[in-house]
Amino acid sequence: MEQNRNKDMNRRNFLKRFGFGGALSVAALYGCKGTEQVKYSPEGTESGEVPKGKMTYRSFPSLGDDKISILGYGCMRWPTMPNPEGGKDVINQESVNRLVDYAIEHGVNFFDTAPVYVQGQSEKSTGIALSRYPRESYYLSTKLSNMSNYSFEASIGMYKRSLENLQTDYIDFYLMHNLGRGGIETFEKRFIENGVLDYLLEERKKGRIRRLGWSFHGSKELFDHMMSLHEKYHWDFVLLQINYLDWKIPKGSSITAEYMYQELDKREIPIMVMEPLLGGRLAKLPDHIVGRLKQREPEKSVASWAFRFVGSHPRIMTVLSGMTYMEHLQDNVRSFAPLVPLTEDENNFLYETAKLINEYPTIPCNDCKYCMPCPYGIDIPAVLLHYNKCVNEGNVPESAQSENYRKARRAFLVGYDRAVPKVRQADHCIKCGECVKHCPQDIKIPNELGRIAHFVEKLKQNTL
Amino acid sequence: MLRKIRVAAAIVFFALITLLFLYFTGSVHLWFGWMAKIQFMPALLALNLFVLAVLAVLTLLLGRVYCSVICPLGVMQDIFAWFGKRAKKNRYSYSKPKTLLRAIVLFLYGAATAAGLGTVTALLAPYSAYGRIASSLLAPVYRFGNNILAYFAERAESYAFYSTEIWLKSLPVLVVAVLTLVILAFLAWRGGRTYCNTICPVGTVLGMLAKYSWFKPVIDTSKCNGCGLCERNCKASCISSKEHSIDYSRCVACMDCVEKCRQGAISYRHAGSVSKVADNMKDNIKADGKGSEGKASSENGRRAFLAATAVLATASVAKAQEDKVDGGLAVVLDKKAPKRQGKIVPPGALSVANLEQHCTGCQLCVSACPNGVLRPSTDLMSMLQPQSSYERGFCRPECTECSDVCPAGAIRPISVEEKSSIQIGHAVWIKKNCLSVTDGVSCGKCASVCPVGAIQMVKITCDQCVMKCDENGNKRCAMIPVVNEERCIGCGACENLCPSRPFSAIYVEGHEVHKNI
Repeated sequence: MEQNRNKDMNRRNFLKRFGFGGALSVAALYGCKGTEQVKYSPEGTESGEVPKGKMTYRSFPSLGDDKISILGYGCMRWPTMPNPEGGKDVINQESVNRLVDYAIEHGVNFFDTAPVYVQGQSEKSTGIALSRYPRESYYLSTKLSNMSNYSFEASIGMYKRSLENLQTDYIDFYLMHNLGRGGIETFEKRFIENGVLDYLLEERKKGRIRRLGWSFHGSKELFDHMMSLHEKYHWDFVLLQINYLDWKIPKGSSITAEYMYQELDKREIPIMVMEPLLGGRLAKLPDHIVGRLKQREPEKSVASWAFRFVGSHPRIMTVLSGMTYMEHLQDNVRSFAPLVPLTEDENNFLYETAKLINEYPTIPCNDCKYCMPCPYGIDIPAVLLHYNKCVNEGNVPESAQSENYRKARRAFLVGYDRAVPKVRQADHCIKCGECVKHCPQDIKIPNELGRIAHFVEKLKQNTL
Repeated sequence: MLRKIRVAAAIVFFALITLLFLYFTGSVHLWFGWMAKIQFMPALLALNLFVLAVLAVLTLLLGRVYCSVICPLGVMQDIFAWFGKRAKKNRYSYSKPKTLLRAIVLFLYGAATAAGLGTVTALLAPYSAYGRIASSLLAPVYRFGNNILAYFAERAESYAFYSTEIWLKSLPVLVVAVLTLVILAFLAWRGGRTYCNTICPVGTVLGMLAKYSWFKPVIDTSKCNGCGLCERNCKASCISSKEHSIDYSRCVACMDCVEKCRQGAISYRHAGSVSKVADNMKDNIKADGKGSEGKASSENGRRAFLAATAVLATASVAKAQEDKVDGGLAVVLDKKAPKRQGKIVPPGALSVANLEQHCTGCQLCVSACPNGVLRPSTDLMSMLQPQSSYERGFCRPECTECSDVCPAGAIRPISVEEKSSIQIGHAVWIKKNCLSVTDGVSCGKCASVCPVGAIQMVKITCDQCVMKCDENGNKRCAMIPVVNEERCIGCGACENLCPSRPFSAIYVEGHEVHKNI
C-alpha cells in the first residue's frame, strides 16, 4: 500500500536524492559482500513469501457445499492501457490473466463482475481469464445493471450477454445491481412490474442462476422493504458496502452497516462485502492515522486493518477487493491467508480511528467511476482524489497565513495539473447534474467541483 | 587578456539572455530582465533615452563592444565563426566597405519603422531575430528537457519540476527563425560578421559612432611586418594589412587582432597617440550590390496552428441508453479560434497601434506567457508581433508576465490591480453555439467565471426557448448570458471555459485602444 513518503522535497533535495541514488547504487555494487550478520533478517516487514494453501474459506448451511474464499476478486478495477487503435482505454488482458492466475494459485475462488464495469469490458475480460480453468473450480458473480433501461427485453438481453461474455451456461451468484436510487418505486419498476424478477426466479429454479441476491446503496426504508420480501423470494445473499468507517457512522442519509448486518444475520442471509477499503481511501490515510495504525501493528499494512475488520464478522461470505496491482493482491492474500479475526479491543480501536478519519474533510469518493463519463469531459474521480490526496498530505492550506502555505500551494497546483489535464479540471463543470444521479456515495459532485475550482482559483491568484 | 575579457563577458550575456527566453517560471526575469532592456532596438522603440545615451557613450568610448558582448545575435555569429575558423585557419580577408548598401538598408529600415510596418522592423532587428531563434528553436528543446525532469520528479513525489506545454505558436515565426539561423550560420561560418556590417541597422548606427571612439585597435606601423595575420583573422573583414588601416565602422572590438599579432604591433588604445592615423574613412561610394539576406517570409496571415488534434475517434457516446457503462472519458474537442474583427493585445499594450509601433518582435512575451494566450500575430503587417487568443487559457488576473518582460515599451509594466480595470476588449455572445439555446442546458459557466461580474444570466423569451414547460404548466426557462460591455475587460475567461466546443458560444473582440474602467 502506498506509504506516505516525505512529500516536501524541494528542488535541491530532489537533485540531491538523484545524486545520492546514483552513489548508493554504485556502493551497492561494490560493497556489501559476504557480510554475515546472523541477527539481522534479510526480509522486510512485508515478509517474503505470500502464503499458499492457507486461505480462509466460508461456508453456510443455506449455501450447501459451497466453500467460498473470504477474499473475493472484484473485477471493477482491472488494469487498463491506452488502446493501440485509439479511442477509449482497453483492459490489459495479459495483466488480468496474470492476476487471476496468481489469485487462484493462492486460494481465491470467487470473482465478481458486472456488465457496466471498466467501461463495459470487465465481463468479457474476466471470462477470458477464467475460462482457462475448469468451470467448477471457481464461483462467478455478476449483476443485472439495468439502471438506465428497465424494459424486460433490455434487461433479459443484458443477462444473456453476461452468460455469453463469461463463457458459461450458469452463474453462481446473480445480483440485482445497485438498489437504492429512486427508492422502492424504482425497484418496483426495474424488477417487479416488468416481470424481470419472475424471470430470474425461474432461472434460479432451472439452475442457470444458482444464487440470487442484490447489491444495495440505499435508504433504511428500501432496506426494510427488501427484508420484508425475503419470505416471499428467499434472497440467497446480499452485497453491502461494509467497512469500519460506515459501521457505526451512517453515510449521508442512509443507514449504518451495523444495522444492516444485524438484520441479515437474524435471517441467516450470507453477506458479500464491497468497498471494504472504500476504493483505497482506507489505505491512503492522513499521516497521523497511518502512524496510529502502524504503531499498533508495525508489520501489517494499513489496508489489512480494514480487511480484517470486515472478515472478522462471521456472517460475511466474501470480501470483494478490486485489485488492480499485484502488490494489492499480495497484501490482501497476506491479510486473509489465514484471516486472524480482530479482538474486541482492536474493534474498539478501529471505531475510534473511524472518528478521527471522519474529522478529516476528505470527499468520500471511492473512485468507482459510476459518474463517468462526464458529458463535458471532466475527470471527476481524478479531481476528487487529487483533492483528497492533498487533504491527507496537509496540502490544503486554510489561508495564505498558514505555516506551509507556499509549499502546499505548489504541491496542490503542480499536482493538480499532473493528475488531471487542464481541459478535464473542475473549472469546466457547468453543474448539469448528470453525475449526481449515478453516485452511490451520494456526493454532491457539482458542489464539490465548484468548491475545488474556487479553491484552485484562490490559490492561483494568491488570495486565499 | 582583452580578448579573454570580451569572450567571458559575451558568454555571460549570451547565456543569461538565452535563459530569459527559455525560463518559463518568471524568476529569471526578476534578476536579468534588464539584459533585454539594454538591447539597442528595444530601447530605441521604448524611447529609453537613458539606455540609448549609455550605449552611445559606451560606443564612443570603447567602440562596438555592444556588438561583441551585449548583442546575442552577434555572439551567436561569433560562435558559428569560431567553428568556421577551426575548419580553416586564417580564413578571412579584407573586403571593401559596403557603405551604400548599409545606408540604404538603414534608410529603408527607418522608413518602414516610421510607417509602422512592424514586420520589417522585427525581421531586421538583431535582438528580435535572436529572440525568435531562441524562443522557437531553443525553448522547445529546453522545455522538453524540463518535462523529462518533471516526469522523474513526479515519480519521486517531488514538486521541484512541473511539466509545461510545448506547442507550435506560429508556423511563419518558426520558418523565419529557421531561415535566419541557417543564413546567419552560413554567413558567419564563411565570413564572420557579414550580416552585422551590411544589413544590421544597429551595426550601421553604432558603426557611425565607433569611427570616433576613444579606444580602438591601432596598428603601429613601426612594428608591423605586414604579415597579414591580423587581416586574415578579422571576422569583420575590416583590417587592410597592406594599407595598415582599420575600418572602425565595421570593427566590433573583438580584440582578436590584438592577440593574434606576433609583433605586438596592434594595441587597443586611444588613437590620437599614434602618429599615423590611418583614416580610411573615405566613404568610397562603390555600389556593391552584393547579396542581400532577404529573409522574406511572406507566409500570408492564415491561421498557423498545426492543430495538433489527435485523430479523435467519433466517440460512440450515446449508442443506446442501456449501454451506459462506468468510467471512460468523453472526448474533449480542441477549441478553435473564432474570427475576430478586432485583434486582442495584452493589457499594458495601451493600444494596437502602440504595440505595433514599439514591438521588435523578439518573442520574449510569447515565451513568457504561462497561460498559452500570447502567440505571434498572423497578420502580414505585424506578423512577428504578439497577439492574444483564448483557446488554451485566458489572460489570468494574477499574471503580468508579458508586461514585466517587454523591453521595448510595447507592453508597458502594469500591476495586478491595474490589470483588473484595463479593458482590452469585450465579450460577444454567439447565440447559435450556446448550449442554453441549443440543448436547453442550464449552464451559466461564463457568468460564474467572469472575474469582474460583467455577465449575468437572464431568461430567454418564450418564443426563442427550446425548453418544454412541464405538464402542470410550470415554466422551465432557458437562461442566456448577457454581457455588460462597459464592465467587461476582455480577459477571455468566459471564452476559454465555455463548454461549447470547438467554437465557444462567447468570445472576445479586441479593442483598438485600451481603456481604464
